[in-house]
Amino acid sequence: MNIVTTRRICQGFFFVLFLLFCAVTTLGGQWWQLRGWPVNWLIQLDPLVGLGTLLTTRTVYAGLLWALATIALTIVLGRFFCGWICPFGSIHQVVGFLAKRSRSIPEKIKLNQYRPGQAIKYWILIFLLTMSAMELLIDLIRLPETHGLFFGILMLAALSGLILKAVRHTSANPKKTGVVFLIVVAVWLLLSMVFKGYQTSAAALQIGLLDPIPLVYRSINLIILPLVGRTSLSIPTIPRAYDGTFLIAAIFLAAILLNLAVPRFYCRFICPAGALFGILSRFAIWRVGKTKNECIECGLCEKNCEGACSPTSKIRINECVLCMNCLNDCRHHLMTYQITASASGEILGPDLSRRQFIASAISGAAAIPMVRISGHVGKNWDPALVRPPGSLPEKAFLSRCIKCGQCMRICPTNVIHPAGLQGGLEGLWTPVLNFRIGTSGCQFNCIACGNLCPTAAIRPITLDERLGRNRYADHGPIKIGTAFVDRGRCLARAMDRPCIVCQENCPVSPKAIRTREVFNTIDTGAKLTVAKADALYIEFQNTGPGMNQLATGDYFAVVQPSADHRPRRIVSNWERGLRVADEVPFGSSPKPGSRVDIQVRLQQPHVDPKQCIGCGVCEHECPVPGKRAIRVTADNESRNPEHALLLKQ
Amino acid sequence: MDRDPNHDGLNRRQFLDRLTKAGICIAAAGAAGFWFHDAKGPVTSEPGPSNVILKDFSVGVPAQKMSIIRGKDRVATLQTALKSLGGIETFIKKGDRVLLKVNAAFASPAMLSATTHPAIVAEMTRLCFRAGAASVVVTDNPINDPASCFTLTGIADAARNAGARVVLPRDDLFSPMTVKGAKLIRNWPVLYQPFTDITKVIGMAPLKDHHRSGASMTMKNWYGLLGGRRNIFHQDINGIIMELAMMVKPTLVILDATTAMVTNGPTGGSLSDLKNTDTMIASTDQVAADAFGASILGRSLDKLPYIGKAEAAGIGTADYLKLNPVRASI
Repeated sequence: MNIVTTRRICQGFFFVLFLLFCAVTTLGGQWWQLRGWPVNWLIQLDPLVGLGTLLTTRTVYAGLLWALATIALTIVLGRFFCGWICPFGSIHQVVGFLAKRSRSIPEKIKLNQYRPGQAIKYWILIFLLTMSAMELLIDLIRLPETHGLFFGILMLAALSGLILKAVRHTSANPKKTGVVFLIVVAVWLLLSMVFKGYQTSAAALQIGLLDPIPLVYRSINLIILPLVGRTSLSIPTIPRAYDGTFLIAAIFLAAILLNLAVPRFYCRFICPAGALFGILSRFAIWRVGKTKNECIECGLCEKNCEGACSPTSKIRINECVLCMNCLNDCRHHLMTYQITASASGEILGPDLSRRQFIASAISGAAAIPMVRISGHVGKNWDPALVRPPGSLPEKAFLSRCIKCGQCMRICPTNVIHPAGLQGGLEGLWTPVLNFRIGTSGCQFNCIACGNLCPTAAIRPITLDERLGRNRYADHGPIKIGTAFVDRGRCLARAMDRPCIVCQENCPVSPKAIRTREVFNTIDTGAKLTVAKADALYIEFQNTGPGMNQLATGDYFAVVQPSADHRPRRIVSNWERGLRVADEVPFGSSPKPGSRVDIQVRLQQPHVDPKQCIGCGVCEHECPVPGKRAIRVTADNESRNPEHALLLKQ
Repeated sequence: MDRDPNHDGLNRRQFLDRLTKAGICIAAAGAAGFWFHDAKGPVTSEPGPSNVILKDFSVGVPAQKMSIIRGKDRVATLQTALKSLGGIETFIKKGDRVLLKVNAAFASPAMLSATTHPAIVAEMTRLCFRAGAASVVVTDNPINDPASCFTLTGIADAARNAGARVVLPRDDLFSPMTVKGAKLIRNWPVLYQPFTDITKVIGMAPLKDHHRSGASMTMKNWYGLLGGRRNIFHQDINGIIMELAMMVKPTLVILDATTAMVTNGPTGGSLSDLKNTDTMIASTDQVAADAFGASILGRSLDKLPYIGKAEAAGIGTADYLKLNPVRASI
């Protein structure tokens, strides 16, 4: 079979696989639901995710080890992932093909010329990786302070190496080398003292912003599938909604539409994963190239070149995405995939100057410490940032979350949403709970998000741990926040209306929302006085509330002055009188002229923060429609001990 | 004719042609403008009177209206309870299309008794089919996420395995309904679509503590047919429960008090909220069933004003002894 056809089948296969994975990421036991489908596999294959989390956490979490396979294959084969697997790449390739299909051959060739701007993706990669590596870099700087002996040995080893070189006369300028060495050691020691007391954690994983795999997962999960969910193709019964998706949609749409200007625009100019593959493909064993240099330079090999890697002249190996179109398009069968270098020469490394490298690295290194001056991961944390159960403490969370939206997709109640700026700029699109949207609060006995999270930003907890059972009994349940009653908005607190929907729906046992019974005297317009009365009936001298307005079972009558102040439940009333229930008749019939107070029995909710787990079911169910009268904030969340509200007991 | 060099290329014919096209365009734009012209601006529209109602699903006057069966095995007590009312055949005839309104309000496992037990849903479905029912539908509009509720409670599996169809609520299944003589249920969205071709309705409720209304039993169970922002009805809980009982005239109600939730209702959440009360009640009178249920919870009727209200509205009798309930123990 033709190599290009093979490539297309492979791309199609992975694209369909990707869509299937997204579609089946719903909770349930049907075959089209999540029941062992390896829905994170494409994320795990993405080495930028593996490398990024390795730099921030110094571990490779579970399935992220799959990245090794991609890395190994890339080192051997080149950027096969871009041309053969990446679902985002496949979208670009199809749109780019449609956009240029009616153009003339010279125009097509022109579109696929290498552009210096293609180096931008390397700047982005360096920016993002330095950002992730800052914690490591600071530890390295601190080395003389933290591991003095090791540092000493390291420096001695380097020194003896230099001396050896000088003695053997292999060093070009031993004097200069010695001075440079001394300066390096001095600066290092100086910096280690300066950074000794560095307080802020400096690493954050931001690769998810532009890494194509999290980006395409996020876009399909949060934009495309919710749109599909509004048609009759819907899988869940209730169409999904996600807060603040405009930016995600705009970026997705822009990335796709830019193919109308330049094919594979995103891959060529932006994609940091592509840049990483480009660097890894430097030593590729097989490369695309010409077999002979005798070529009429017709340029046809560039007609459909996806990577814009100049196969006609010196081929840029780091830009080549192995689309293999040039093998097909060359009329003279000069193009091939071979071990030897292209007969017309190759360029291996990225088109990146030292200045550009340093500029990107410095901005990446500075970015996180600079934004964190605001203190949003410290004292200035936003209480609206309620994270899913099992989420790591904020700094650790930010060093893992790749913003892929898998937790938001799997959440059975649609309560997890992409954050706006609640978590600071760096928290953009990380999961945050919104109890207004969705079908309920965070379900008490659900642990789906943590068990799906590909990077363990949300830990894979067990039900026992979530609920604080068995071996977790001492820890108690995981709390994601605490509910607070807004006394100014609560029907039973501020408006003399019985309600307690929040108390009823509180899922923990014993309930975290308790009630206090109070009897509040209501304003009936006129002071009611007794005209005549017996043990059950009172007639007023004046006019009271209309027919049976007090007969809901929540209103009570109290006669003043009287020896017996007990409120009597009203079973019916009319404008000039009322009847109370049989159970507690008036002992002595109320005297004419005495006052009748109408009281409403209220059960007023209050929260016991010791029981409250912050699930937000109360906020979701609160009948106050706009700003709810009971709302959950991240206070007392288990994951950040410094957000504790209560004394330890 | 001399031509003005500035107007080169435009002769009379072309000019007239252009003039005609321009005229047509102006006329079309004008016509469109008048067609769509709205001098008044939008007015707030009153929702039209809703005409859907739930029909009366009750069957004549059976000889026996209520049975109270004691026993630990809820499937056996359910069978006996129905047998003492003359058998399921008294209620379900050949070709009937039956709707079981279960309580699937919360996404919690059956053992916590916050929802109708799947075993009796399965058994009732089986009995209906045995009596010749053409179809059985199981539905509810739960409080927690519907799909999770039906799955975690085990009701979905139990019902499907017994051959029933489970209907999860969707916006388009609700229709605004006005209950005759009601104050609250007026033009309110009700889960109506599953009822459209139904001939018999059986309400199946667990016996539960309920802080606001005192107890959640067979009448309160119809709350799960309401849609919209139904929580505002908690301002008049007794009124809404009475109106729900006015809205649904069921063939039969089942009150499962095998394991009653005596505290922390209606969600429960812990086994310590439950008590084995080993009773199954079947009744054609929902008020009587609830009145008896209250006695199991040890609540006097004056703490549950909705029962008195429902009786006063003529829905049933609170004095269940009047119905001479069949009592048995197995």
